[in-house]
Amino acid sequence: MLLNQFLILGALLFSLGIYGLLVRRNAVMVLLSIELMLNAVNINLVSFESFLRNTDVGGQIFAIFVITVAAAEVGIGLAIILMIFRNRTSANIDELDLMKW
Amino acid sequence: MTDWIAEPSNWVFLVLALVVAGAAIRVVTSTNVVHAALFLVLALGGTAGLFLLLSAEFVAWVLVLVYIGAVIVLFLFGIMITRAPTGPNVEVDHQRRAPAAMAAVLVFIVTAGSALTAFGDEQIGNLGGGTSTEVIGEQLLQRFVIPFEVVSFVLLAALIGGITLARKDASPAEEEAAEAEEVTV
Repeated sequence: MLLNQFLILGALLFSLGIYGLLVRRNAVMVLLSIELMLNAVNINLVSFESFLRNTDVGGQIFAIFVITVAAAEVGIGLAIILMIFRNRTSANIDELDLMKW
Repeated sequence: MTDWIAEPSNWVFLVLALVVAGAAIRVVTSTNVVHAALFLVLALGGTAGLFLLLSAEFVAWVLVLVYIGAVIVLFLFGIMITRAPTGPNVEVDHQRRAPAAMAAVLVFIVTAGSALTAFGDEQIGNLGGGTSTEVIGEQLLQRFVIPFEVVSFVLLAALIGGITLARKDASPAEEEAAEAEEVTV
C-alpha cells in the first residue's frame, strides 16, 4: 500500500468538510462537517503511524486524543446550539447576527 | 500501477475509500439533516475499516464505540431537540456555494499536491501482527501520561459545561413571578 493513497483520501475528506462548514446554514450540520474534518486528521495520523512504525505508537495515541476531544467538542457544541435555539428559536447560523455591527 | 492493483489489500482500500468518499459527499450535500448524520455513520464505519487495514485495531474499535455509538446518538438528539428542518425542500445550504467549493478545491489541491510531492512512492511496509492494545495502554500511561490526564480534565470540563449550558434556567421575569407567588402564599 502506498502512503499517498491514505493521505489523499484524508485530503479529500478534509476539503469536503471545509465545503460543508462553509455552505451549511444549520448549526448541527456545521458540526457534522467538523466531525468529517477531524476524521480526516485521524486517517492521516494512523497512516503516518503505520508508515513510520515508531515503538511508542504516538500516531495512534494522538488519534485517540483527537477522538476524545471531538466527543467533548460535540457535547459542548450541541449544548451551545441548544441555548441558541432556546433564545432565538432558530439554529440557523446566518440568522445569528446579534453581534453584527 | 499494475503492481498496485495486484496487491489484494489495495482492493480492500479501494472499496472502503469509495464508500467513505461517497458517504462524505452525501454528508455535505444531503438536504435532510438526519440522512446527513446517518451518512456520517457510514463514513466513520468505512474509516474504522481503513484503520483495521492499517492494523490499528484499538483505534478502529474506539472510533466505532465513541463515534458511532455515542457521538451520532448525541447528534440525533440535537437534531430532534432543535427541530432542525427535516423535510425535503428546506433551505439547508445558503446561496453562496461557489466560493465555498472554490476554497475546498484549493485546500484539496494544496494538501494532496504537497503529499504527492513529499511522499511520491513511499510504501507502507508489511504490517505484520498489528499494534497490540497492550503497547498502546503502556505508552498511554508512561510517555503520554500528561496529555492523557489533560484530556481527562477536558472531558470533565466538557461534562460540567454541557450540563450548565443545557440546564433550563428560569428567565428573570419568571423568577420574579415565582418569588411574588411565594410571598403571597
